[in-house]
Amino acid sequence: MTWLIGALVFWIAAWTVNARLANSSLSETLAIRITIPLLFGFTLLVLWEGLVRGLGVSQVILPSPSQIAQTFAASTDILWVDVVQTVFKGALRGFLIGAIAAFVTAILIDRSAFLTRGLLPIGNFVAALPIVGIAPILVNWFGFDWQSKAAVVVVMVFFPILVNTVQGLRETDAMQRDLMRTYAAGYFQTLLKLRLPAALPFVFNGLKIATTLALIGAIVAEYFGSPTRGMGFRISTGVGSLEIDLVWAEIAVSALVGSAFYGLVALIEQRMTFWHPSRRG
Amino acid sequence: MRNVIPVLTVLALLAGLWWAAVAPMNIRPALDQVERSGGIVVPEGSVQRRDVSVWRLMLDNRDHVAIGYDLKRPRLPTPSQVGQEMWKTTGEMALKGRAWSKRSLIYHSWVTLRSTLWGFLLGTTIGILGAVAITYSRVTSKSLMPWAIISQTIPIVALAPMIIVVSNQVGIEGRGVPKAIISAYLCYFPVLVSMVKGLGSPRPSELDLLKTYNASGGQSFWKLRLPASLPYLFTSLKVGIAAALVGTIVGELPTGAISGLGARILIGDQFGTPLAIWSALFMAAILAGLLVTLVDGTQRITLRRMGFRS
Repeated sequence: MTWLIGALVFWIAAWTVNARLANSSLSETLAIRITIPLLFGFTLLVLWEGLVRGLGVSQVILPSPSQIAQTFAASTDILWVDVVQTVFKGALRGFLIGAIAAFVTAILIDRSAFLTRGLLPIGNFVAALPIVGIAPILVNWFGFDWQSKAAVVVVMVFFPILVNTVQGLRETDAMQRDLMRTYAAGYFQTLLKLRLPAALPFVFNGLKIATTLALIGAIVAEYFGSPTRGMGFRISTGVGSLEIDLVWAEIAVSALVGSAFYGLVALIEQRMTFWHPSRRG
Repeated sequence: MRNVIPVLTVLALLAGLWWAAVAPMNIRPALDQVERSGGIVVPEGSVQRRDVSVWRLMLDNRDHVAIGYDLKRPRLPTPSQVGQEMWKTTGEMALKGRAWSKRSLIYHSWVTLRSTLWGFLLGTTIGILGAVAITYSRVTSKSLMPWAIISQTIPIVALAPMIIVVSNQVGIEGRGVPKAIISAYLCYFPVLVSMVKGLGSPRPSELDLLKTYNASGGQSFWKLRLPASLPYLFTSLKVGIAAALVGTIVGELPTGAISGLGARILIGDQFGTPLAIWSALFMAAILAGLLVTLVDGTQRITLRRMGFRS
């Protein structure tokens, strides 16, 4: 009972602090803008811990954050092996192959207005489909190791990146293209110096959507067969053998990797599109 | 409408590519089948053939390539095989009055559709409420928004089995609720982001006008902010309903569900019946198309009645 009340009191206290911070004159400084969500996230963890301990929830159902942290610290070697298998071998390779393939396809298709008009609606539609469903088929075709996972990721990231790139390539207006003509610029010069830079915000939008899809694809594909390592493998066997704390540690890893991957792409975007009006502020 | 011909052309191109790919994909099982029934194959024995490329096999066994288009368990079925399988499990069963039998895709689509709609409802509600809270409270805006973004970078499939374990232990029977939670998780985010934008879209002069009318906070919400946000809402609903369907199928895939389109894919994988997987996949695509079209239609009618120019 003390745990429950303690957690609730902490929650209210933290919320009051946050409310003060948000309404204070310093609320626009970077430090405060980071502190507020951090404090909020920490509060959720405390609340979780308090609920689990206070209500005496069995560890097999929902372990407490402190327990998950202990398991995490104790099994870093297993977790690392899984990250290498799922993220570095499966997701990242698939992401790179899929992104490059989509990028090249977009540039080729862009040369024909007819194909572009035909492909955009289809691509948009396919990008919204539950493509993860092809995971069992591709595992059947490419075997259990990382190749099949990369293949699933390639298919999943291809259409969002393709559609965004094609749309981005159409972003330049007639005036800008005319200017390039007056400079006597050829197709490739116009592409490299005008249209690709103008398309970058769109390309990065597609890449950012694709980061999450890549991890989802790599993990789902492992549910359908994998060597005895990998995050999806560990999660599905962990649920079966009631190692729930290890499963949660794996979930924490996937959350960290997912956020880091997204953050990395967002950082590269910031570096490469510093000239864009929305960034100049 | 001017897009119809290009779209059909691209579709025909894709179908042609698919059809052409069937031959190399299926040549090995096709040759195995020919050999079992006593035909002559170069080179003999499937072990010997393993090191030979598919193109070489197709050249050396030109007469048997056609068999690959009519296998019972193909590695890659032809478009017409998938079409026949879909008709067999939907229209034909409906004609016999067995549309709701457990073998019919209509039944499984219904199971998936139901979870999708519940998840969509739940996710949209959370998204709209969250957006209202974010618009009206600085604390919520500052503490919730970063986490909403982070929540979408977490691969939901990792969480899916846990959501099912926890909801089972809490005493929720069946898979409807956990599936709906998973699809709500994927669907709330686009709604939240668009609604934050939409609720903030009235210009200061418009808000000021309501102040001169002495309108209360509630009145300015119901009469100005909410109607102004509807175009944003509908745009995000189209993304959201597709995401909800993805969520439901993801929720069905890794968790040993027995009904629903995702479960058909799972069972098709376990029993080695690729045609079942392919027809479930296409059924999911049709379902997604129908749902998005439905939301799109509602959007057109509503916005026209409200006087927005489309």
